[in-house]
Amino acid sequence: MPMLDVTHLKKYFATQKAVDDISFTVDKGSIFGLLGPNGAGKTTLIRMITGIFYPDEGSILLNGKKFNPDADAARIGYMPEERGLYKKMKIGEQAIYFAQLKGLSRSDATDRIKKWFVRFEMQSWWNKKIEDLSKGMAQKLQFVITVLHEPELIILDEPFSGLDPVNANLIKDEIFRLAENGSSVIFSTHRMEQVEEICSHIILINKGQKILDGSVGKVKQEFKENLFRLTAHPLPDDIPSTLYDLLLKKEDSITLRIREGHTPNEVLEYFISRKSDITDFRELLPSLNDIFIRLVEGTSVSRQFQNIQS
Amino acid sequence: MKKIGLIIRREYMTRVRNKTFLLSTFLLPIMIVLLISGTVALSLKGKTTHRIAVLDQNGYFKDYLKSDASILFDFSAGIDSLNYSSKNCTAVLIIPVLKEDQKTVYRLKYKKQMGISDISDLEKRISSAITDHLIYTKTNISRSRLDSIRSASDIAELKTYSDEGKNSKASSQGLAYGIGYACGFLIYLLTFIYGAAVMRGVMEEKTSRVAEVIVSSVKPFPLMLGKIIGIGAVGLTQFLLWIGLIVVLAGVAQAFIPHELMAEVNHLQQGSVMTNASAIQTSEAARQIFEVKQSIATANWLLIIGCFTYYFLGGYLFYASLFAAVGSVVNEDPQEAQSLLLPISMPIIFSFIIMSIAAQDPGGSLAVWASIIPFSSPIVMMARIPYGVPGSVPYWQLLLSMGLLAAGFLFTTWMAGKIYRTGILMYGKKPGWKTMWTWAWKKQ
Repeated sequence: MPMLDVTHLKKYFATQKAVDDISFTVDKGSIFGLLGPNGAGKTTLIRMITGIFYPDEGSILLNGKKFNPDADAARIGYMPEERGLYKKMKIGEQAIYFAQLKGLSRSDATDRIKKWFVRFEMQSWWNKKIEDLSKGMAQKLQFVITVLHEPELIILDEPFSGLDPVNANLIKDEIFRLAENGSSVIFSTHRMEQVEEICSHIILINKGQKILDGSVGKVKQEFKENLFRLTAHPLPDDIPSTLYDLLLKKEDSITLRIREGHTPNEVLEYFISRKSDITDFRELLPSLNDIFIRLVEGTSVSRQFQNIQS
Repeated sequence: MKKIGLIIRREYMTRVRNKTFLLSTFLLPIMIVLLISGTVALSLKGKTTHRIAVLDQNGYFKDYLKSDASILFDFSAGIDSLNYSSKNCTAVLIIPVLKEDQKTVYRLKYKKQMGISDISDLEKRISSAITDHLIYTKTNISRSRLDSIRSASDIAELKTYSDEGKNSKASSQGLAYGIGYACGFLIYLLTFIYGAAVMRGVMEEKTSRVAEVIVSSVKPFPLMLGKIIGIGAVGLTQFLLWIGLIVVLAGVAQAFIPHELMAEVNHLQQGSVMTNASAIQTSEAARQIFEVKQSIATANWLLIIGCFTYYFLGGYLFYASLFAAVGSVVNEDPQEAQSLLLPISMPIIFSFIIMSIAAQDPGGSLAVWASIIPFSSPIVMMARIPYGVPGSVPYWQLLLSMGLLAAGFLFTTWMAGKIYRTGILMYGKKPGWKTMWTWAWKKQ
């Protein structure tokens, strides 16, 4: 049974079909990438899953039971894209306050915050105010607040924006650790290289609709273009062949696209028969970035307003 | 329910612990005292002397018109309506021969405008001069005799009592007016101060995106309610501190009065029960203190403080949710709030104007109705209550006003809550009135 099961979710606003019939599932302990261009409806979708908005149609199931925003608030941790912290409040107090809102007792919250602060080397921050922190520091605090009550479902909207590589790695390792401990993580971002690194499963939405759904490996396979790179010494002179198209030629490597009806083995045999010393032969899978651009390109860059009859 | 308690606690603690809270609690009363005493001092000191040249064709005004510090009459010869200003006079009064059987117009020509109270003062002096002249010429009473009768006629003093069935109680209109005006003014001021605090708090949560984090664990309505109640509790704390401050200051002030004087005052207090004759031996200072003490005792303080607390909280709750709704729909730009605030601040300002009328005429129909209708009742009713319940304000009016106010703030909170719920998560363009209206009435 999936941890989160979203079926036929719809939310229409006056001038936008923000979310238009989206279904997907998130497994327990998985890291799930929610991708999409600006204005695709990601935030609206997340807001429905966190109970901020009611969906117009469709259902949300948590562990097979209907999602109840009041009772299930403690099972979800949500980190919005823009930082949500009180500027004038002391950091320790603030963390305790948010934890209490999620249902932790004061002493329990204090203990957990202290542990997290030690882990993130934030002990000296307790009596500082948010306005004294840099953006990256506030980000770390926000992350601690999001996961403090050990939610089963963690939703992170652009968690790495504004973080330096060291701190980004720190957060990344924590995300992996939380997933290993059984939390499901929904990870919303535009940064495809992070998705490739972290997520096991992705969906891509555009204009309120889901246009791609699958594991990262499967998606890449689906969009592969039979591109290979071959490194050999020396490269034979008569490279052009009916087996493939040559795309790029460098000193000791070539990039080629194998033609329909032929296999990589045939290409290898061809080069071996030419007495080339092959040192490397690999398939070039498209990056998620390429796939994203290919799918989203051609649709207009910004979403147009429309009139919705309701 | 537990969560709303957490929100109230946070709103309360962060504000009360703030240094500006202590500062404003102690500075505001000092500022008000300074402001009042400053204006009083200025109005006493800054009183201009009007030197008025008189061109009298009757010849007798010279003997009867009385000059003093505010108006000085100049009868010296050689002044006319053309050269009066070069002779240091601010105005010239031209009185033609007054005939007994007809109205005659006399004129005042001035370079420097005189105030309305000065003009009526001038009129009074002239008519009493005419009266004096007529009494003197018609009855053959001597001038000195007339003056001594005038000074000796000051033998009656009015004391007012409010009729409360079996017994009547000494009352003081001046004190009732003062308390009423002060209470009304304070509620007016506090509604704005704490209403704006609610609005700023909501804007802070919206612009810093805290609202989004909190709304994922608490519904918007309890969030708004918690903020309103928390800030209201801050206001109540401040009010109680002020009462404490006044009691302490009054105690300190009394400690500075010499013992002999206090003994005389006590003597007067006991004496007043039996006979007023003993007052003769006591000093002027003791009499004044005694009078202040006595007139303070005429007010029903328990009722006034109780009603003030109710109307302060009621008025605050009535308006705070509207302020919260405004805060929820505007974005970073405080300019946007201005235009939306207008329909909220107008009724408060109107109530204040009605209140200053009601403090003088607590039984007028405008005062009565404005003290019952919820949007103005918190400010206006407080101007009427010091005049006496149930004398000036019948019980049915007080209860109706209180009930309507409670219903009123439940209604505004409910309606504003719906606007707030949608507005707090909306970014971008500020919604218009029409959009907000649909938010207020739509379900969910």
